[in-house]
Amino acid sequence: MSPVPQRLQIRARKRLGSFDFDCDIDVPLTGLTALFGASGAGKSTLINLVAGLHRPDDGRVAIGTTVFCDRAAGIDLPVEKRQLGVVFQDARLFPHLTARQNLMYGFKRAGERARSPRATLDAVVQLLGLSALLDQRPHTLSGGEKQRVALGRALLAQPRLLLMDEPLASLDAARKAEVLPYIERLRDEYDVPILYVSHSLDEVLRLATTLVLIDHGRVVAAGPLAEVLGLPAARPFVGGGEAGALLFAAVQSHDERYALSTLACDGFTLRVPHLDAAIGTRLRVRIPAREVALALACPSDVSISNRIEGVIETCDAPASPSSPSPASGGGGGVSQRASGAPPERRAPASARLLEGWGQGSRQSAYAEVRVRVGPSTVLSATVTRESAERLALAPGLRVWCLVKSVALDAGALAVARGSVATPVALRQPANDERLRVDDWTR
Amino acid sequence: MLTPAELEALRLSLQVALTAVAISLPLAVLAAWLLARHDFPGKTLFDALVHLPLVMPPVVIGYFLLLLFGTKGPIGGWLYETLGLRLIFTRWGAALAAAVMSFPLMVRAIRLALEAVDRGLEAAARTLGASRLDVFVSVTLPLMLPGIVSGCIVAFAAGLGDFGATITFVGNVQGETQTLSLAIYSLTQTPDGDAAALRLVLISLALALVALFVSERLAHRVRQFIGRG
Repeated sequence: MSPVPQRLQIRARKRLGSFDFDCDIDVPLTGLTALFGASGAGKSTLINLVAGLHRPDDGRVAIGTTVFCDRAAGIDLPVEKRQLGVVFQDARLFPHLTARQNLMYGFKRAGERARSPRATLDAVVQLLGLSALLDQRPHTLSGGEKQRVALGRALLAQPRLLLMDEPLASLDAARKAEVLPYIERLRDEYDVPILYVSHSLDEVLRLATTLVLIDHGRVVAAGPLAEVLGLPAARPFVGGGEAGALLFAAVQSHDERYALSTLACDGFTLRVPHLDAAIGTRLRVRIPAREVALALACPSDVSISNRIEGVIETCDAPASPSSPSPASGGGGGVSQRASGAPPERRAPASARLLEGWGQGSRQSAYAEVRVRVGPSTVLSATVTRESAERLALAPGLRVWCLVKSVALDAGALAVARGSVATPVALRQPANDERLRVDDWTR
Repeated sequence: MLTPAELEALRLSLQVALTAVAISLPLAVLAAWLLARHDFPGKTLFDALVHLPLVMPPVVIGYFLLLLFGTKGPIGGWLYETLGLRLIFTRWGAALAAAVMSFPLMVRAIRLALEAVDRGLEAAARTLGASRLDVFVSVTLPLMLPGIVSGCIVAFAAGLGDFGATITFVGNVQGETQTLSLAIYSLTQTPDGDAAALRLVLISLALALVALFVSERLAHRVRQFIGRG
């Protein structure tokens, strides 16, 4: 790892039809930087701007000291001179070449950089498990195999940055599961930063070290994964108005008798249903805020086994619910709202009722409490405002976060292989000028 | 089996048609590329010009060629004076006539193939460090090969069969410009040439069938080559 990571700086405007893209990003290029947002949010535009496939109407794109594009200075480095590796959603393998020839396409054109390559054909073939595919033509490969060859081809071009534009989006779940570990290996075993576009939260949770949230052509937040996910601005992205905290953990022990596993987190442990992972395996655990209850004293007579001590950092009742449920006929009664809500909503029925009630009275029923439980870990808890008042929750108060083990099933856990970057200490979002929360309080 | 005269006509026809294909291929690729990938002032006019031989009577095309490429014409005169190359009444002139007549067919086939090439593949190639020319040679050209092959075959067949433009431009000189078509025409004009004409017709037919067979094989091989077979 180079001591000082290069920074990716993009400050660009581009108009595409009625879509107005205007973004300002400045993130360190280490590990995997995920660009996350809904379809049509402008993620691919951003990738194309970096790759040089789009030219900004105005602005500047640079990596470290290399300026790719600066409209004011009249600089626009041609695509082929940018030394990038791009993995597209549709693998875009050359149909007239074999897998081996595809892999070597960029390598042969890498010039000087191929003399002392960081990635050699043999190493990449080994890493991505391609040895049986080398002499095949793309049309005989499966979707997952194609994408693996595309990964190798991009890596072999000896890029200073790998761009991945939804590389898993066109694959079915089984193929996704097949390719994901390879992306992790690539991230961990090569010192090539990755810019990864995705609209899948699962992929982001599993892969990202840095997260950039994009919506309607604007950057909403950017920073280390855990930090950005903890922000209120991240909530609409996570879906269903669900807040939550992301923890970095490692498997500490297994309890065969009760089929439980213990995870070592940031100064505390979590008991979760048995995990099929070796001791020492690194994990990312997402704890939804609505699964966290708060207590003023450590209760011993409850079934909940995860009791984590911490100090309240913030405690707010949001002015309006983060994701409005569809109104079915004015300020109708509770039962009406419940039946009007679409069945695919993620929140449980009870939560929906309360949310609807809160809306009717123009104020949320909920309070959002952020509790610092470790040097670099903040848990979010969603409680009712009534409970918050009854317990007199306020910043500085010592509380216990209660998390049911049952809530932490496999869906909340993403096994991350190899080394996961240690999460940096959380900063106050207000210090971050790139954060534009106001975009989200509409 | 074949008389020396028949053999000569056959050889001349093949020579003229192949030369015509060789002349028009690079220009057709260029024209197809301009038409498929570029917008420029006068594009419609250029498009019309390319398609002119398709919509005009061949005799008129032959007449235009005579005006332009005759030894007193602006281009033909220059060619004759500087290079000593005379087109009129020569097999080179016949090849030029065949090339002009088959040019629109070739451009159409190549243009269609070019339009079918996935621009995304070209973009991918550029991100992998290939310059525009490199991309064209290493990706675009191989992928449009089926169109190029079918364009060549259509042009070859059209060149083989051209009559009007050829006879107007280079006449009907036995052993120099008298291709199979012209020889058949001449024989039908002679009092008892019917039998000889029929023999030439059968030769033409055999040639067409062989060309068709070869083109099928070739197209199959090409599709396999680019992984679409």
